[in-house]
Amino acid sequence: MTALLLRDFKLSVRAGGGALIGVLFFMTVVAVIPFGVGPDLNLLSRIGPAIVWIGALLSALLGLDRLFQTEREDGSLDLLLMQEQPLVLTVLVKCLAHWLGNALPLVVASPLLGLFMNMSEIAVGATMLTLLVGTPALTFIGAVGAAVAVTLPRGGLLVSILVLPLAIPVLIFGVSASYAAVEDPAPFMPPFLILVAITMFFAVIGPLGAALALRNTND
Amino acid sequence: MIKILTKVPEMRLTAENLSARRGEDLIFQDVSFDLSAGGALVLTGRNGSGKSTLLRVVAGLLRPETGRVTWHSDTAESGMHAAEACHYLGHRNAMKVELTVAENLSFWKDFLGDFAGGRGISIGEAADAVGLGGITHLPFGYLSAGQQRRMAFAKLLVAHRPVWILDEPTAALDVSAEGVFTTLIKTHLADGGIMLAATHQPLGLENAKELRMTGFAGIAEERW
Repeated sequence: MTALLLRDFKLSVRAGGGALIGVLFFMTVVAVIPFGVGPDLNLLSRIGPAIVWIGALLSALLGLDRLFQTEREDGSLDLLLMQEQPLVLTVLVKCLAHWLGNALPLVVASPLLGLFMNMSEIAVGATMLTLLVGTPALTFIGAVGAAVAVTLPRGGLLVSILVLPLAIPVLIFGVSASYAAVEDPAPFMPPFLILVAITMFFAVIGPLGAALALRNTND
Repeated sequence: MIKILTKVPEMRLTAENLSARRGEDLIFQDVSFDLSAGGALVLTGRNGSGKSTLLRVVAGLLRPETGRVTWHSDTAESGMHAAEACHYLGHRNAMKVELTVAENLSFWKDFLGDFAGGRGISIGEAADAVGLGGITHLPFGYLSAGQQRRMAFAKLLVAHRPVWILDEPTAALDVSAEGVFTTLIKTHLADGGIMLAATHQPLGLENAKELRMTGFAGIAEERW
């Protein structure tokens, strides 16, 4: 299983992998906002956490369809399905590797983009923390979509549309926790803990659903 | 070169009354076979006659319409999936073009692990065995189609599995590579392995059973 984690991580950072593409897309989305909204610093810092979260959500969805599709295209998926190890575990490890390779760079890049949005240090820190906790949920949700659409050519957009409704709660609680850190009356912990709960919930449900979908793709 | 097994364990791969569908129609029905250590089954037949489908059913990748595939051996626990005892080499090589050959092979060696009763050989030895020693540092994508196929075959050697399921193993290969494959398959069988292969080329195996697949047309004939 460590071998699978290492291989997938290597693939995502090597040339042609999704890691760099995701970060570039994230930067593009967030960097154009100040130009579109105009130089109103107060407005920018107010919408900052939300924009960074939306950017991260979109870029996290961007590479997800490739999670199982590349494996299927070169025939590796057959071998992954045939093994003694539970498929759920294989999927979980693939999700973790995908998160390390694709979502963690987004979390790391988010403080820089926070500066573009004129966010305070606390807001930057809170956004980074909520992204760190919330993005695994996006990967686990996306894995189900990726598994369902694995046999479809050009299933990329379909995967994003399939999983978006499930990803909305992650966005809501992520953004509200980030706001709660800077706006005084609202408490930070409740939305943050709900976000943690969502991630843990999908860490169980996601791989199960994805494994079930992969088992039933007969071709 | 590849002497791994010390003693030949008792083992059997059995298929009973298998039938499978492609779309609405049965592509084959009532296929049964029974292979024990050293046994080989060669599937022949026209394109589209269901050879690949049968192999995928045996590998557990397609659900059969009726029948089942079972695996018996002294070491295996009961209720084990037959697929766990199998290597499957399909049309696609299951290797990543971005990674080097050595990275690919060492991943499969670690991930697949060894099945009870034998050990896989090292990556260098496996590359030598398919006649491509010394180029394992190259990215898999740099290799020619024939070399890629040879390296995909090397994957079968790095992790031990008693059953080899080969779908057109000699596609894209020159004559010398076919010879190498035949030798490797013979060694595997001599070590007490089992092989199922779909192929157009004669693999030059003595005492291999042959199963002629007929596809939709054959079933229609049988029925009417």
